[in-house]
Amino acid sequence: MILCLDLSYRPGSLALEEFAYPVAAIVRKAGEEAKIVHYTGVGTGLPPGTDAVILCGTALKDTRYLGRPELFCWLPEAPVPVLGICAGMQVISTVHGGETEAGCEIGMTDIEVVRPDPLFAGKDCFQAYELHTLACTPPPGFWALAVSGTCVQAIRHRKKAVYGIMFHPEVRNEWLVERFLGMGRSL
Amino acid sequence: MVKLGVLCSGGKDSIYAAYRAMQKEEVACFISVVSRNEESYMFHTPNVPLVALQAEAAGLPLVCVETAGEKEKELQDLRDALECARERYGIEGVVSGAILSVYQASRLQQICRDMDLWCFNPLWYTDQEGYMASLVSEGFSIIITGVFSEPFDESWLGRRIDGLMIAQLKAIAERYRITLTGEGGEFETFALDAPFFERRIAVRKASVKYKNFRGVYMIEEAELEER
Repeated sequence: MILCLDLSYRPGSLALEEFAYPVAAIVRKAGEEAKIVHYTGVGTGLPPGTDAVILCGTALKDTRYLGRPELFCWLPEAPVPVLGICAGMQVISTVHGGETEAGCEIGMTDIEVVRPDPLFAGKDCFQAYELHTLACTPPPGFWALAVSGTCVQAIRHRKKAVYGIMFHPEVRNEWLVERFLGMGRSL
Repeated sequence: MVKLGVLCSGGKDSIYAAYRAMQKEEVACFISVVSRNEESYMFHTPNVPLVALQAEAAGLPLVCVETAGEKEKELQDLRDALECARERYGIEGVVSGAILSVYQASRLQQICRDMDLWCFNPLWYTDQEGYMASLVSEGFSIIITGVFSEPFDESWLGRRIDGLMIAQLKAIAERYRITLTGEGGEFETFALDAPFFERRIAVRKASVKYKNFRGVYMIEEAELEER
């Protein structure tokens, strides 16, 4: 089961359909079970049967998730692959000691891959949909994998399959989520 | 609860987005931008003036602004409409019925960012077949008010979306590589009834103009009636 974490301002919010449903749809289309859970409902450990976690994005004005880092205490010890999308990348960075700063991008943006990684194999440059007001630096123990003209676009833990991406792959880059799911199966 | 204004063109997507917004937040008004340009980049045109009737049916106020429909100027007109909605009804955010249009969504997101407003697109990248089926099963009455591509003939104009039409649209979408929802502008719709309408819209007089796979169903007279 792929746990799709809804990072929106409250459980069952109007942003759920916009940010979690499209990601869950890609997961289901890839033949995996998707379970959407609000981040406040995870507790100290992941639900039994979790094969991977995807932290989904939020509405542009919503940064409430950054105010409750203790709710992501499970993240550093997560025994499964993790992919953080936009807000999810900010959470991964923050929980691992990185910092967020102002950095706004909206709309299609050029992405340049700067470090080889299976997630971006064969993709030196591509366009992706951005929707963020905050950017983040790679925390200690992470590599920067991709950048845009504004900020770091992808990070990866040096020892584990824990990724953060700033763009929204559910818009025109579904391949990235599919690849991430494939990596989880091969681990 | 976030107080929201719904960008409303009169078509199925904005009315359904309003319905979803009402289930989770407070909808304070409809916002309509009427374009004088039939090729408007942001705002589709057939029957948009009738959004006033939809707002009345929903028991909501309407903020309506007119635009010449020039590419960037119409975005300023949209900002003016949102500012007006904020002043009059205290909206804190905007809802749109965007499904796949990155062009529309990014521009609206940018405007909302500049104005410090929430922006919601509850149909964004939705399962289009499931959405179209929901329109029928949840009691929306939607008619086709414009066709703008092959293979739509005159008989489509004024037809109500039902299960049979969805099956036909599905076959057409696969064969002609268009979206099931008409997101690419292949057809336009107008909502005559929705679960949150207090009364439904009855069309009393309409005319059809059609030529070479392009046509419109113009509602000339309509009024609210009890269901």
